[in-house]
Amino acid sequence: MTEGPSYDVAVIGAGVVGAAIARELSGYDLRVALLDARDDVGEGTSKANTAILHTGFDASPGTLESRLVRRGYALLSAYAETTGIPVERTGALLVAWTEEELEALPGLREKAVRNGYSHCALVSAAEVYEQVPALAAGALGGLTVPDESIICSWTTTLAYATEALSRGTVLLLGHRVSSVEPGPCTTTLHTDRGPVVARWVVNAAGLGADLVDRLFGFDRFTVTPRRGELLVYDKFARPLAPRIVLPVPSSRGKGVLISPTVYGNVMLGPTAEDLSDRTDTSTSAAGLEFLLAKGAALMPRLLEEDVTASYAGLRAAIDRSDYLISADGSRRYLLAGGIRSTGLSASMAIASYVCEQLMVAGLALVPRSDLPSPPRMPQIGEAFVRPYQSDELIASDPAYGRVVCFCEKVTEGEIRDALASPVPPAGVDGLRRRTRAMNGRCQGFYCGAKVQGMLL
Amino acid sequence: MAGGVPRHCHHPGFGVRDLRRFLSGPAYARALAARAVAAGAEIRTEATVTGWEGDTSLTATTPQGLLRVTARAVLLATGARERPRPARLIPGDRPRGVYTTGHLQNLVHLEGGSPGRRAVIVGADPVSWSAALTLRSAGCRPVLLTTEHAKPSYAPLSLPLRVPVARNTRITRINGHDRVTSVDLTDLTTGTPRTIPCDTVILTADWTPDNELARTASLPLAPGSRSPQTDPALRTPRRGVFAAGNVLHPAATASVAAQDGTHAATQLMRWLTNDTKWPTPSLQLLPDPPIHWAFPTLIHPTTTPPPGNHLLLWPTTPIRHLTLRQDNHTLTEHTLRRPAVPGGVLRVPWRLLTGLNPEGGPVRVGSGSTG
Repeated sequence: MTEGPSYDVAVIGAGVVGAAIARELSGYDLRVALLDARDDVGEGTSKANTAILHTGFDASPGTLESRLVRRGYALLSAYAETTGIPVERTGALLVAWTEEELEALPGLREKAVRNGYSHCALVSAAEVYEQVPALAAGALGGLTVPDESIICSWTTTLAYATEALSRGTVLLLGHRVSSVEPGPCTTTLHTDRGPVVARWVVNAAGLGADLVDRLFGFDRFTVTPRRGELLVYDKFARPLAPRIVLPVPSSRGKGVLISPTVYGNVMLGPTAEDLSDRTDTSTSAAGLEFLLAKGAALMPRLLEEDVTASYAGLRAAIDRSDYLISADGSRRYLLAGGIRSTGLSASMAIASYVCEQLMVAGLALVPRSDLPSPPRMPQIGEAFVRPYQSDELIASDPAYGRVVCFCEKVTEGEIRDALASPVPPAGVDGLRRRTRAMNGRCQGFYCGAKVQGMLL
Repeated sequence: MAGGVPRHCHHPGFGVRDLRRFLSGPAYARALAARAVAAGAEIRTEATVTGWEGDTSLTATTPQGLLRVTARAVLLATGARERPRPARLIPGDRPRGVYTTGHLQNLVHLEGGSPGRRAVIVGADPVSWSAALTLRSAGCRPVLLTTEHAKPSYAPLSLPLRVPVARNTRITRINGHDRVTSVDLTDLTTGTPRTIPCDTVILTADWTPDNELARTASLPLAPGSRSPQTDPALRTPRRGVFAAGNVLHPAATASVAAQDGTHAATQLMRWLTNDTKWPTPSLQLLPDPPIHWAFPTLIHPTTTPPPGNHLLLWPTTPIRHLTLRQDNHTLTEHTLRRPAVPGGVLRVPWRLLTGLNPEGGPVRVGSGSTG
């Protein structure tokens, strides 16, 4: 068997966390490989989350998660500005519907302070309705979180991967790691596309992190896929949800949230259901019924609009309440496991923490002085100027004036660019995540055939 | 390319009523577009109207740049489409191979693509049979049509195609990780589930108007259809803004839509040449179940009749009788010559609307209980 090139670090898992780690590592004088079992980046948990950039106000104080979410919020906010990842600082509002929930609000504000976030404010029921007039009657009060933001999780993962590539990371898609062969100085990862040899291995395999961890001889945690179903409502619903409406944790169980999206829609969800199948991202009749009932109770007018998309994501829940990031110098191995839905917000801080841990464990990190500038990502956020709106861009290239997807106003130029990008889509779904084409209310009635044709 | 939905409807039968010819959809679309050009209209294709600049001015994106069009009148003729899977709330996996009829026709007739080998068609309306024909032509076998109705409304159409129809049946799940492998169906009377293997699912009918421009203009919407409200002269409440075609009545046949177009042209000419008044909406025509929507919504007792002198109604169950009421007073009771079936537009004479009280409340159209 021919041995492939040898890397200094192989990162397993090209989700938002793995891509962030590869990007950070390739900022040092290291040869980095980023592996994923799927044929695109961000194909697992990262593509189907609630896409909220959290301040970390409600984390468990003192945990690694609390620290990394807070730091990650600042890092990703700045990075988003540099690279053009759509972010909107809409703010969030926790709404209390029962006396119990109302009484919990001051405690949540104190908890936020202990998490290093001091901008929460208690508001009256009247202010709740001033902020979100479409809420159902019966709100008793609320707590504001002015800095909670919405973000494009797809562009975030892509930006990390794109920059990692420009810094020299080798992206190995379709490389599912099936076994691990330790050696004296290197580890060989056997994949269905041949072996990958690296001195160090970082496990950021998300839903499969416990399985990969066992390949390294550990038995310390189990990932339980937790399915979260979400409904995305038509853009006509967007004025109903000017900010994120969060439930107050209480004895009634975890409620659902209503959030605007950076694409101009409104999201309702998620459900939370523990599964055993790590691939089951189907939606269920029961989940749908649950969400519709919750939506009707929270914001009846939302249900007057059509659902534009329904999907389910699997969160990598583990049997402990904090991130599990642990380096082992003797095995030249680091685990980044148990990264829950906050992983998107924390991703950049996780990446820099991972690098610190690797250094402590013995990996030499020599910063590079020749780094290329960060990429400028295609702008797919609704709050920013899109190509179809730009006379200047259309004048420079008429393809930006040729709208292919009418519902989302995606132009031929954008689709062409995505197909020619450094991390091109593997299929229609990847193209949708890069451009929004076919993601609108008609779901391809008009443009589906044309978009598919452009992929060939 | 101008011509709307007929551009990708390759079956014949277009143009019989208005052009006195028997044409395919694309030929019909070409014929109407050619007439418009011959009459002096400038057709700008690849121009996507994205919003309003003023009461009767619009912004469009074109390859030549942004276009700002200010006119004395604007006609919304944005048509209708079928609701896709998410809006129908069908649970399950999200594999490739699920199409609306429009998507399928675009794929097969405009892009020369191929859908799959074995298809289940959801719906048994005329458009569902049209989907079956398109599938056949593309080498994909339609194995079953499903309808939630007790009686398939358009059974005669099935004869040349010989595709079975499952009645009282709802699609309850789509299965398949990458590509569709099967659908789960549930019998609505017995609750019995069954699984049908297939690699393609066609979601037909369940029409909705493309009302984005109407909504961004804050035009009032008709109950049921969510179409912009118009009067018989196809005027919306906004001065200078008209609407025509299936954006108003989703979805009638192409000839009914084209008839709106002719009617709208006459009304537009009247408005542009001499009419300076724009009516204030007065009476409304509202649907009562099992009528899902009624067109036109705004009725002024003294104005022109609507296109073709017809009221258009969309029944959701077979009906035999119609009742028109105003303020608990029955205006008309009407027995249809043939029962009207769901899945198509019911056209009834405009003259049934008699004896209106112009100062009264809304007129309600329902199906009388008599008979």
